[in-house]
Amino acid sequence: MVRSQVVICGGTGCMSSKSDLIKKEFEVRLIELGIKDEINIILSGCFGLCERGPIVIVYPDGTFYSKVKVEDIKEICSEHLYKGRIVQRLVYSDITEGEKSRVKSIQEMNFYASQQRIALRNCGIINPFNIDEYIGRDGYLALGKVLTSMTPDEVIQEVKDSGLRGRGGGGFPTGLKWSFAAKNRGGQSYIICNADEGDPGAFMDRAILEGDPHSIIEAMTIAGYAIQADQGYVYIRAEYPLAVERLNHAIKQAYNYGLLGSNILGSNFSFNLEARLGAGAFVCGEETALIASIEGQRGMPRNKPPFPADSGLWGRPSIINNVETYANIPQIILRGSKWFNTIGIEKARGTKVFALGGKINNTGLLEVPMGTTLRDVIYKIGGGIPNGKKFKAVQTGGPSGGCLTENHLDSSIDYDTLINLGSMMGSGGMIVMDEDNCMVDVARFYLEFTVEESCGKCTPCREGTKRLLEILQKITKGKGTLEDLKLMKDLCYTIKDSALCGLGQTAPNPILSTLANFYDEYYAHVVDKKCPAGVCKDLIKYYITEKCIGCGKCKRNCPASAITGEVKSIHKIDHSLCIKCGACKLACPVDAIITA
Amino acid sequence: MKSLNDLIKIRDEQAKILNMRNEKTGYRIVVGMATCGITAGARPILTALIDEVAKRDLQDVTVSQVGCIGECALEPIVEVYDKSGHRTTYCKVKTKDVEKIIEQHIINGLEVSELLISKYKK
Repeated sequence: MVRSQVVICGGTGCMSSKSDLIKKEFEVRLIELGIKDEINIILSGCFGLCERGPIVIVYPDGTFYSKVKVEDIKEICSEHLYKGRIVQRLVYSDITEGEKSRVKSIQEMNFYASQQRIALRNCGIINPFNIDEYIGRDGYLALGKVLTSMTPDEVIQEVKDSGLRGRGGGGFPTGLKWSFAAKNRGGQSYIICNADEGDPGAFMDRAILEGDPHSIIEAMTIAGYAIQADQGYVYIRAEYPLAVERLNHAIKQAYNYGLLGSNILGSNFSFNLEARLGAGAFVCGEETALIASIEGQRGMPRNKPPFPADSGLWGRPSIINNVETYANIPQIILRGSKWFNTIGIEKARGTKVFALGGKINNTGLLEVPMGTTLRDVIYKIGGGIPNGKKFKAVQTGGPSGGCLTENHLDSSIDYDTLINLGSMMGSGGMIVMDEDNCMVDVARFYLEFTVEESCGKCTPCREGTKRLLEILQKITKGKGTLEDLKLMKDLCYTIKDSALCGLGQTAPNPILSTLANFYDEYYAHVVDKKCPAGVCKDLIKYYITEKCIGCGKCKRNCPASAITGEVKSIHKIDHSLCIKCGACKLACPVDAIITA
Repeated sequence: MKSLNDLIKIRDEQAKILNMRNEKTGYRIVVGMATCGITAGARPILTALIDEVAKRDLQDVTVSQVGCIGECALEPIVEVYDKSGHRTTYCKVKTKDVEKIIEQHIINGLEVSELLISKYKK
């Protein structure tokens, strides 16, 4: 008789802090105590609160242990699982409220309170290696419903009515996309899942594939039924080994259960699915480049139209959706479009998953209804900015998005609002920045990324982004002029108007949005030759103030031997030797070293 | 798997196992499982409670264990918390009492008077 279930986070984040060893240790200790048969140990997908990983939840009480180490397991087993005494020191407490806020269970946590989980509903709850657990959470029932009681057109109508829009960034209505492909029913057509998630800091799709791979298999099979396609491909990057492993395992299980293959659940419908590994080129997230890559060609985009719904993979009609979009489908079919319409706002129904990162207390993965404000995500769920620093900007949409300021914090998160503000939803990366981030440097970082990732097919992107980066580098070195700012802006608009695909068209967004929202910082770099945040090395100098107590720590830590001074007297930095690494500032016990 | 019914059969079986991971709002039954409780025979009581709850498919009920309640002489102790947190303490519980606790208290909401702690302590 199983009286307790222990769920250990097995997402990439927690696995890298040894959650697989934690599972093994649990097994060893439970055998020692002779209670192995009473307790199930489950390695699940991502819980979302990656900041506090590895995470272990003990059911039935839902006790939430955070930052668990292998050495702690013996105590959890002998105290909690054997004697029923919760190990208080390991129980999660809210970082903003401190020790007092130790919570007993997941339901009491601020991080989860304002979330609503549809795409992530099984992540952190089920064992992704066990198809039975997915079925136990109503898995494959939507497929059963579709095959036994709905026509393909009814399926498409339901998805249309739900108002679901693509979660990969563009926000195109999913049902409409399906209906375009359905017009071409009759010959060979294909279902493709875009799992080529490449934005820096984004890991929504990876988490879904790692935590709930069957939801994607089920949704793609439903899409296959809707347009009468019998073959699907998941295009996933090879850099996600854990997601690839779990997806492939899930596909195998689905075949064994007859949920993939011929005559699914006794119907006339057959569907086959395989994973195709991408080598990790950002441009392959663009649908036509992705299709080229599956075909074995070089991953480069082509002109649209024709859209993939008319001429996609091997010239055949194809539906291509992102992972998170698919993850919503089974729930929409099971619970109906009316239910889905009660969530979110008009023109943006349902929820969105975000990967929250940067200068934020609760780094991790969260899912909120569309229309939630940035403030709620950053402060309520994210727990605010660490170390009492001041919020400066939030970057959404990765290299295609932009930076929003404090003035935008009360704006709602949805496709149209974010675009109007000069950013975009993107696939869901959200990076928070504080006063120590230089916005010019941030723009330079994203441009460096797009220059690297540009495929080189069209001139505006290949040459234009490179020139933009050169101007930014010039500015961060203190050699920029006001003329450069104007030139950069002109070039941005030229690239936006003339680049071939989404990568180039959105590449200037980080510059345009920082220019619009943080012009004073550009001005300071160009005119005053200063970096207000103290990031751009060529524009800052380190000084030792009178607060110096002459302890010599800075001197010992300086790798360039640029600091001189006697014990108990004020030290001095030789600026001709200083390499501006900041080691002295970090070492100083009395904050006597400043940048200017 | 050949039909939707096969699928639903697996679903129903698995849902019972997974139910432990769902949010519960109903009664919470705890068994004192410190050294005193275990020696007095708390483990079979806990197992019997879990069995009984599973048998009757009471999905909103939590059965868990706690440490020493402080009345070691009266172990095995079973406590029932209702939605508002009100606590009822049953003492010297035997395996045969389990069915009664579930039926009378958990299902019908009536305390099992002969097991109450007030019988032993004023």
